[in-house]
Amino acid sequence: MTARYALRFGALGYLAFLLLVPVGLVFYRTFEHGFQPAWDAVTNPQALHALWLTLLIAAIAVPANTLFGVVLAIALVRHRFPGRGLVNAIVDLPLALSPVVVGFSLYLLYGTGGWLGGLSDHGIKILFALPGMTLATIFVSLPFVVREVVPVLREIGTDQEQAAETLGAAPFTTFRRITLPAIRWAVCYGVVLTTARVIGEFGAVSIVSGRIEGKTETLPLYVQSQFEGFNTTGAFAASVVLALIALATVLAMRIFRPKEGI
Amino acid sequence: MGITVVEVTKQFGDFVALDDVSVAIPEGSLTALLGPSGSGKSTLLRVIAGLEEPDRGQVLLGDDDVTHQPARARGVGMVFQHYAAFKHMTVWENVAFGLKVRKRPKDEIRTRVHELLELVQLEGLAKRYPAQLSGGQRQRMALARALAVDPEVLLLDEPFGALDARVRKELRAWLRRLHDEVHVTTIIVTHDQEEAMEVAGQIVVINQGRVEQVGTPRELYDSPANEFVMSFVGPVNKIGDTFVRPRDISLSLEPEGDSTEAMVERVVHLGFEVRAELVRDDGQHLIAQLTQEEAQALELERGLIVYVRPSRQTVFAR
Repeated sequence: MTARYALRFGALGYLAFLLLVPVGLVFYRTFEHGFQPAWDAVTNPQALHALWLTLLIAAIAVPANTLFGVVLAIALVRHRFPGRGLVNAIVDLPLALSPVVVGFSLYLLYGTGGWLGGLSDHGIKILFALPGMTLATIFVSLPFVVREVVPVLREIGTDQEQAAETLGAAPFTTFRRITLPAIRWAVCYGVVLTTARVIGEFGAVSIVSGRIEGKTETLPLYVQSQFEGFNTTGAFAASVVLALIALATVLAMRIFRPKEGI
Repeated sequence: MGITVVEVTKQFGDFVALDDVSVAIPEGSLTALLGPSGSGKSTLLRVIAGLEEPDRGQVLLGDDDVTHQPARARGVGMVFQHYAAFKHMTVWENVAFGLKVRKRPKDEIRTRVHELLELVQLEGLAKRYPAQLSGGQRQRMALARALAVDPEVLLLDEPFGALDARVRKELRAWLRRLHDEVHVTTIIVTHDQEEAMEVAGQIVVINQGRVEQVGTPRELYDSPANEFVMSFVGPVNKIGDTFVRPRDISLSLEPEGDSTEAMVERVVHLGFEVRAELVRDDGQHLIAQLTQEEAQALELERGLIVYVRPSRQTVFAR
């Protein structure tokens, strides 16, 4: 009995110390001087632009990774092709690789003297602009949909798809009417995880964006720049916005998560 | 529509699933593909369905060579061992699926689905989801779904394998009656010789990717082509090179002619029939099957000495 309580308090205390206290402190410091200063801090043009840019990148990166994730998951589970094992391993790379390294490699690729550095001479601006930031974000959030969908595809097997085929359904009809409904919750869950990752991305974007205030600054970068400029109210208020988005994401996760009995 | 399989070979890596198989399935028949697991019977069915492409050989439906046609173009209805029910669709939507993808008019779909649900006795369950059905009901739904598109050929892959013994027996009888009503050329894959004999008019015995024998249940039982068929289609005693069915061992209390002495080791009562397990002087074990009356007349019991004589035996040329 005592041991069980000790375990519970231990676990809760650990969580409180590591998560709740720091995040709670951010909320406390944000509204320390009332609601108005915090509101002003997140509604100034620079902050609004950062929020807009964050949402814009999410609006491109999330659908791109969803589409790619579903297609890749089907390819990995349902098809045999040379290099399948390699692809399977590479999908996990973004999870293992530090985002800073991702940003740096994109910088080398598209920067002056890089393999694709010549693109900027033709007016195609990748680095220090939306395309580069989006590419970096897509890279770091790539595995989530694939990793959620693959086990579900394995579990449902091919019986239903084959039954649909014998009943006269063309491949795309089978996908739309049979496969997609079966994996829809896994896709939703993957989308939620991807969104969370995309909204919070800092390291890779920090390098490829050049961090030009009011131009290539996403919300996490804005927090950093305000913090460095000793505008703590601005930094805290923007952090609260990020925390609220994260909270909404976690809630969505709870709704979409297949029942596990927790 | 008849089905002709010509010299079909199919390999999975090093494993030869089908080795030069040729079979003719007459139009309107109910044929069983019978064999142990891993014999290639399911692969043959899937080759006919178009779910596997053979490495060599041809598949003909009627006079059409469909070897390279995809499953969806072949007009076959298929029922899978584990139902393959569309889990997110109701019973009604499951049965209507084939008609919907064929873009049939709504009225026609409604009439046809209604008809089929009646045929498989699931009228009251149209709005249920597969998860709310028993195994037997799910399999009947799968049958209705396969029949909805008026298939030329109905293919059943161990359809009753996942069901309990009583439901399995019911569904067999029901399938038999259904076939008498619908007359569609039907192939049923099974590893259960009793099921094959009970349901099918023609049985194709398959072993290690080859056809061992084709015939009616009676032909297989009475004149098996080889040792494998002999021992697969029913219980058998093997005495040296000789094979004797338990039913063909006659027992008596007195020696007669060439009979040999044996001791009763065990008597098993199986309702109408009685199985006696015997051991001869030379250590040879035998199983004899008698009616209850015969057993009573002999007063069979453990330890009794009897005289056995095969009334009918088979020897295969090597």
